[in-house]
Amino acid sequence: MSDARIEGYAKALFEIARAEGSLDEVEDELFRFARSYESSDALRSALTDDMIPAERRQAIVDDLLGSKATSTTTQLVRMVVGTGRGRELPAIIDQLVLRASSAKHLEVAEVRTAVALTADQQTRLAAALANATGKQVNLKVVVDPSVLGGIVATVGDTVIDGSVRTRLDQLKARL
Amino acid sequence: MNALFTVARIVAERSVHQDNDGITTPSKIFPGRAEIIYGSIASILIFGLLYKFAGPAVKKGLAGRTERIQKELDSAAADTAAAATESGDIRKAKGDIGAERDRLIAEADAQATALLVDGRARLDAELAELKARAAADIETAKNRGVDELRAEIARLSSAAADRAVAESVDGAIQQDLIESFIQKVGAST
Repeated sequence: MSDARIEGYAKALFEIARAEGSLDEVEDELFRFARSYESSDALRSALTDDMIPAERRQAIVDDLLGSKATSTTTQLVRMVVGTGRGRELPAIIDQLVLRASSAKHLEVAEVRTAVALTADQQTRLAAALANATGKQVNLKVVVDPSVLGGIVATVGDTVIDGSVRTRLDQLKARL
Repeated sequence: MNALFTVARIVAERSVHQDNDGITTPSKIFPGRAEIIYGSIASILIFGLLYKFAGPAVKKGLAGRTERIQKELDSAAADTAAAATESGDIRKAKGDIGAERDRLIAEADAQATALLVDGRARLDAELAELKARAAADIETAKNRGVDELRAEIARLSSAAADRAVAESVDGAIQQDLIESFIQKVGAST
């Protein structure tokens, strides 16, 4: 899929979410769904298999998000999957998040941790990242057990890695 | 001839004698005188006639026979010479065949020897190559086995380390790590 088409889908989703008045919430839900999509081979296969009818793929989205996300989020994902653009879903959502952050004059900060962060920790982490990078950040937390411990924060091209995983890999490399 | 007839007549006269039954030949071998005389004359006439009339034909026949025999002798001599020449050629060819045979045998021996030497050299080279290849294969297999073993050990060690670390990082340590990260990032500019 071309960048222009991804940009087009992202803009459409952004405008719909903003019109619905739930941009922040939808953006956050979509971001987390995109990360789950990337980490799950089964989910990726189910939503991108052309042999599965579009209605069936949309039903899978309903089952996954129906009770956990807003209806706007669910409908947006249904729309993308229904049009056969499931493979581009993470790229579209990332573009949507960038667009939403840009609209709020924020930089997207993707944070990976082994355990979920509390609201207080997220607030202090956002402030710390803003202090370190000099940019106001839109914090997006991804719970990733492979991190083992600590945090990996990515703000634009800057990566701040304080994870146990990276330290362990460095130790293995030295050995 | 006359002397012969005279001797014959004397012997006949002495041997013939008269008896009462007429003339009886005194010899069982020789006839009477008159018979000898007439017989001799007749014989002379016959021989003369034969000499005169049959002599040339006999001479001619003898000359022709002589000539024919001479021709046969010449032909035989020519055949003998040709046979001698051919015999010489055959002997020469036989000698050439023998030399050619010896040359061919020598050449075949040389080729066989060369083939043998070449074959041995090639076999030795192939054997050496096979040995080298086998040694290389063994070395490669050994290295691959060692590499696989090392990789497997590394993988198992890595998995064990991950598991040990994951088990050792409990909730309190997770929170400490997160707080430490926030403090460090917040302190940096």
